[in-house]
Amino acid sequence: MATGMRTRRAVSKTVYHLFVASLGLLMVYPVFWMISGSFKTNYEILNEALKLRPDAFGWDNFVRGWKGFGRLTFAGFFRNSFVIASLATAGVTISSAVVAYSFARLRFKGRKFLFICMMSTMMLPAQVVMIPQYIIFRNLDLTNTYVPLILPSWFSRAFFVFMMMQFIQGLPKELDEAAIIDGCSRYSVFSRITLPLIKPALITTVIINFYWAWDDFMGPLIYLSRPAKYPASLAIKLFADSTSVTDYGAMFAMSTLSLLPVFFIFLFFNKYLIQGISMSGLRG
Amino acid sequence: MATENRASRYQGLVRFLDREAVAGYVFASPFIIGSLAFTILPMLYSFYISFTSYRIASAPTWIGISNYVRMFTRDPRFLKSIGVTLYYVVVSVPLKVGFALFVAFLLTRKTRMAALYRSIYYLPSLIGGSVAVSLVWKELFALKGVVNNVLSALGLPGSVSWLGDPTYAIFVLVLLAVWQFGSSMIIFAAGIKQIPETYYEAAEIDGGSTLQQFFYITLPCLSPIILFNLIMQTISAFMNFTQAFIITKGGPMDSTLFYALYLYQSAFNYFEMGYASAMAWVLLVMVGMVTALIFKTSDRWVYYESKGGR
Repeated sequence: MATGMRTRRAVSKTVYHLFVASLGLLMVYPVFWMISGSFKTNYEILNEALKLRPDAFGWDNFVRGWKGFGRLTFAGFFRNSFVIASLATAGVTISSAVVAYSFARLRFKGRKFLFICMMSTMMLPAQVVMIPQYIIFRNLDLTNTYVPLILPSWFSRAFFVFMMMQFIQGLPKELDEAAIIDGCSRYSVFSRITLPLIKPALITTVIINFYWAWDDFMGPLIYLSRPAKYPASLAIKLFADSTSVTDYGAMFAMSTLSLLPVFFIFLFFNKYLIQGISMSGLRG
Repeated sequence: MATENRASRYQGLVRFLDREAVAGYVFASPFIIGSLAFTILPMLYSFYISFTSYRIASAPTWIGISNYVRMFTRDPRFLKSIGVTLYYVVVSVPLKVGFALFVAFLLTRKTRMAALYRSIYYLPSLIGGSVAVSLVWKELFALKGVVNNVLSALGLPGSVSWLGDPTYAIFVLVLLAVWQFGSSMIIFAAGIKQIPETYYEAAEIDGGSTLQQFFYITLPCLSPIILFNLIMQTISAFMNFTQAFIITKGGPMDSTLFYALYLYQSAFNYFEMGYASAMAWVLLVMVGMVTALIFKTSDRWVYYESKGGR
């Protein structure tokens, strides 16, 4: 009787793990397929699509892809992505922390109203402000610069403000009060007490915003027309379109490279990602 | 004397800035300035140009509500894009949220592998929005791609033109959306963790099966989170652009002409800024209506514990 139950439990456990693991493999199959595609020859990609293991591992696709198009290499495109993503992320993190502190800790007239305004911007379709923003930046002669892609980030982003607010509200208020009694200004309370304590939320913000900005396609598509300014996301698209016969191997290789930062975040900062999503819904 | 005066004035300024009410505005200023400059003024401007004919090269000319009239009476592509988008939203969002809930529940079983599984299932939604994945997706569904290969290996017709056939192309995009179920799943998983263990213990004692536990405990307790996920995913489905732009370019025969894609084309291919702005406002109203509709039905199926039942 007892052994029967134990075997039944063992069987159900095995079935469970088999099912969950194979469904999981199915889910990540496209990712493996892309990575393996970056080592395959174009013949293999087109005629033996199912095969995951290339005949020979070589870096040819990477070398060909890295050369890019025109006289522009992917070294430049990745540098552009990096510049845009890090400047935008620095801005979002600093400004959102500042704004979150005001909403979470300070009482002032109109705070509730401003907070409701902020929450409703989260629901606002980006398209509504996209066109007027474009016209304004165009009139200021700022197209083909990174200003339109970076500047708005320096004025906080509702999603992160909301996440940090929840973090700050979880901190004991007595810390702030004690510091103020000791003669600290609110500005030094923020920079010396609050900021160090919300480090996990800051890291989550940096990670999530960095990969959003890195992946961003529509912004660069609208604002940048000179290929030398392109970030990797836009460059890959142009690379795939550029020749009449696409070099699939090279396209896969550059696609794999463009996802490396995201893979890196996934492997080493997974905890922060999951925390960020659990605390407030993440798009995607 | 003069320095003393300056010093005390400086002291006064410091004290003024440190008053709680003043400091509040100072700290909130990035948001206040930013939303004025990048949201409110652009919205007002957009509202104005939606009543004009504005081809970026020349100044806008006032044409009243002509843009709005035109889209509903003389622009079949606009009506088509609304149809396509609504279809995409109605099919992809429930599938995605449902699958996310299923996987989240599947992963509640306590094993050492749970964290690993969760990460694996989450990966697609992390990378799914990128250009790279869209390009890969396009090749998966190519004529000689993986999907057709698998189908013919299973003895099914394996030469389906997924991206060339107006009836199938939208499914390729729906599948890509459902594949990115990961972040909804994580939110569900966080919600499931907060359901008191005692509920399940009580059900166990009463002999409730796993399925019954799911329908009578998990589902009602999660209903506010289901509502949240439905709304967030609906909004983002309405705005989907990159995937359609890369994989199908809206084709074949406009069968995947998403609203956001047509709006982009109007503004940046045909340079009709006035018309595109009018479209943006219609989008806002549409998203608002659909969200309100979901909210309205929600008091029939969302269960809030604090209210003591329905």
